[in-house]
Amino acid sequence: MGAVMGTFSSLQTKQRRPSKDKIEDELEMTMVCHRPEGLEQLEAQTNFTKRELQVLYRGFKNECPSGVVNEETFKQIYAQFFPHGGDFLPKLQGLSKWVSLHPPSPHLPLYFADASTYAHYLFNAFDTTQTGSVKFEDFVSALSILLRGTVHEKLRWTFNLYDINKDGYINKEEMMDIVKAIYDMMGKYTYPVLKEDTPRQHVDVFFQKMDKNKDGIVTLDEFLESCQEDDNIMKSLQLFQNVM
Amino acid sequence: MAAGVATWLPFARAAAVGWLPLAQQPLPPAPEVKASRGDEVLVVNVSGRRFETWKNTLDRYPDTLLGSSEKEFFYDAESGEYFFDRDPDMFRHVLNFYRTGRLHCPRQECIQAFDEELAFYGLVPELVGDCCLEEYRDRKKENAERLAEDEEAEQAGEGPALPAGSSLRQRLWRAFENPHTSTAALVFYYVTGFFIAVSVIANVVETIPCRSSARRPTREQPCGDRFPMAFFCMDTACVLIFTGEYLLRLFAAPSRCRFLRSVMSLIDVVAILPYYIGLFVPKNDDVSGAFVTLRVFRVFRIFKFSRHSQGLRILGYTLKSCASELGFLLFSLTMAIIIFATVMFYAEKGTSKTNFTSIPAAFWYTIVTMTTLGYGDMVPSTIAGKIFGSICSLSGVLVIALPVPVIVSNFSRIYHQNQRADKRRAQQKVRLARIRLAKSGTTNAFLQYKQNGGLEDSGSGEGQALCVRSRSAFEQQHHHLLHCLEKTTCHEFTDELTFSEALGAVSLGGRTSRSTSVSSQPMGPGSLLSSCCPRRAKRRAIRLANSTASVSRGSMQELDTLAGLRRSPAPQSRSSLNAKPHDSLDLNCDSPDFVAAIISIPTPPVNTPDESQPSSPGGGGSGGRSNTTLRNSSLGTPCLLPETVKISSL
Repeated sequence: MGAVMGTFSSLQTKQRRPSKDKIEDELEMTMVCHRPEGLEQLEAQTNFTKRELQVLYRGFKNECPSGVVNEETFKQIYAQFFPHGGDFLPKLQGLSKWVSLHPPSPHLPLYFADASTYAHYLFNAFDTTQTGSVKFEDFVSALSILLRGTVHEKLRWTFNLYDINKDGYINKEEMMDIVKAIYDMMGKYTYPVLKEDTPRQHVDVFFQKMDKNKDGIVTLDEFLESCQEDDNIMKSLQLFQNVM
Repeated sequence: MAAGVATWLPFARAAAVGWLPLAQQPLPPAPEVKASRGDEVLVVNVSGRRFETWKNTLDRYPDTLLGSSEKEFFYDAESGEYFFDRDPDMFRHVLNFYRTGRLHCPRQECIQAFDEELAFYGLVPELVGDCCLEEYRDRKKENAERLAEDEEAEQAGEGPALPAGSSLRQRLWRAFENPHTSTAALVFYYVTGFFIAVSVIANVVETIPCRSSARRPTREQPCGDRFPMAFFCMDTACVLIFTGEYLLRLFAAPSRCRFLRSVMSLIDVVAILPYYIGLFVPKNDDVSGAFVTLRVFRVFRIFKFSRHSQGLRILGYTLKSCASELGFLLFSLTMAIIIFATVMFYAEKGTSKTNFTSIPAAFWYTIVTMTTLGYGDMVPSTIAGKIFGSICSLSGVLVIALPVPVIVSNFSRIYHQNQRADKRRAQQKVRLARIRLAKSGTTNAFLQYKQNGGLEDSGSGEGQALCVRSRSAFEQQHHHLLHCLEKTTCHEFTDELTFSEALGAVSLGGRTSRSTSVSSQPMGPGSLLSSCCPRRAKRRAIRLANSTASVSRGSMQELDTLAGLRRSPAPQSRSSLNAKPHDSLDLNCDSPDFVAAIISIPTPPVNTPDESQPSSPGGGGSGGRSNTTLRNSSLGTPCLLPETVKISSL
């Protein structure tokens, strides 16, 4: 009788208690630990100084003690910078940092923007080997390009970001996805009110500019050429030079 | 390599001398050892508390943070020590691990904090020594359970909003699993509950003897036979409802095979099957005996209540989790019953007219005695029988009393956990709301900053700059990032008030504009939008559709409301952004946001097209005006400035 009742309830409560195996699985996962290459090697490979690398690593290690970032963590980290970053409510331990920095104001809570799609594309761009996790070396080499690289390298990285399926061409659908992801980060409460086709128009404008031979796809060369023609883009690439 | 082996390596190598005589080939040359500096004392500064240890101690475990070159990332050259910004109390345990090879678990610290420290220093939880391992595991399991419950409750209870395109199946299933998500689901839930109760009560009442009418005063019949039609109708109605529910659940289940195998569906089937079998069985005497037996299964309908009652589920879960104790109880009872029944049988064998006709017959006596029921239908009459009978009842008390406290404590634990979970779920909403409020502080800070005119050029905004509260470097960079995003998308962050006002204004504008003809000012609508996205405005001007006119009229209303709300910030030049002092800031994982800002740049910024295409089609008077205003301002034109101009022109 008790067994019968027990089986009902087990199926009702949907594995209320994690079985022993699951705990062991979790323990196994924490064993995956990655240690980065030495400081000297990283200094040689990237354009950062030792001190900057130290600072970067400390921050990296704080968020990801295991030494690798997986996509979930990446999305969570990224989402913290945008109005509430979508459905990801940071775990409380990360939040206490926030609350201390920014005491709650009596304003109304804003609608959650969704930074997770864009974070997904960013993650894929960081994860050059498509392993599903970003190690500190990948992280630092990407940052090195973005902050200290040449214009050419930066534009190349951006092209790689836009090229979602990494086939070497950007087509309209990929651009549409990226632009939609960016608009998603704005959230619902924007001025002026976000219309349905705003992203598409943005993409059309972009393609008009970038697609030189009007074949519907943008190649790396077209991209580089168009960007280099545009003064504003060139100037803004310098913007984040002195970030650290 | 096993722990601490490194220190024994010289010994092992020295012992290799014993192989030398036996070696048949020349041994390889020794590796070159760089001149070691000799052992030195390292200073590890953990949040101000200095720990000093030999370098060799740390080198014992080269696959941890302190043992590998990873610690160089934390080396502070000026002070010559390794600085870690972590909990010094926990570090004590970590360092002791290096010294003794055993990791002990602190009793008074939170297990999760301990876990995090271990993860940071690269130590695997398996290294926890045997003395502390059990406790560590238990606490961790308890914690994990609690967290899993939390998440589960959040997902199941709150229910993520289904995507708009969810099929009927998904919606149905969700309604079945979480009845409080919609009113219809709740109604269905209560209706089925009611019918289960009705069906069970009908089953019970059916058997009560009804006082028959005056026609047959002597015979008493059970109510079921007196009002067969009424009970049959009630039964039919209930079975129809149950069948309908079962079929609906079958339809909605995401995995039909799994649903068919699940216990609840089996109960459902067993509850309704007797009825259908009864329909098809002809009224023979021999078969109807079996049919009557089938009616017993109708009582299983009461188990359908377990979907409705959580207490029942807790009870069932407790019993399941105590399965081993229950099994032990059952087994020991069986042993005792067999022993005592045998003894009693042989003790009473001699008596004539005894009830103890066989050992199985004596089972009944033993069970009744051990559970201290004592019906008295079977009593021993010989002295030996009485002696053994009393021993039987005494031991029965013991055997039953032993496993019961285990079950009780299990039940108490699970029950309390459940209470806690419920309370937590109730408070969860409040907690989440407060968290959201806290988090909204940032963007609100950003909006407030904008409203205070913080985005003005440092040159022109001296007066106002004083009232802008000084921001930390982090805030400055963060606001810059959000500002870049605004510029990329040509939309600004607002708060709910402004948004709803603007929304209301748009709908107003839409209604009034349908009457106005488009021809009034061809460039008007276009130029209104030129402020924000001039290129797009030009394209709109080119294709003058009614819809765009109405929309742009609406945006004019928006602008009206908005112009009232804020003053237009002066244009901000890109160069001034660079001129901002950049203090060295402690980048955590803030770096990705700069990446994102760079990423967003290549999309054409707001003002380019105007400046590069002065002779745009439909430029006209107002378009030209927009051009000039834009050209007058330097690069980063905010969306508002030309709009104020436009309003005056209209």
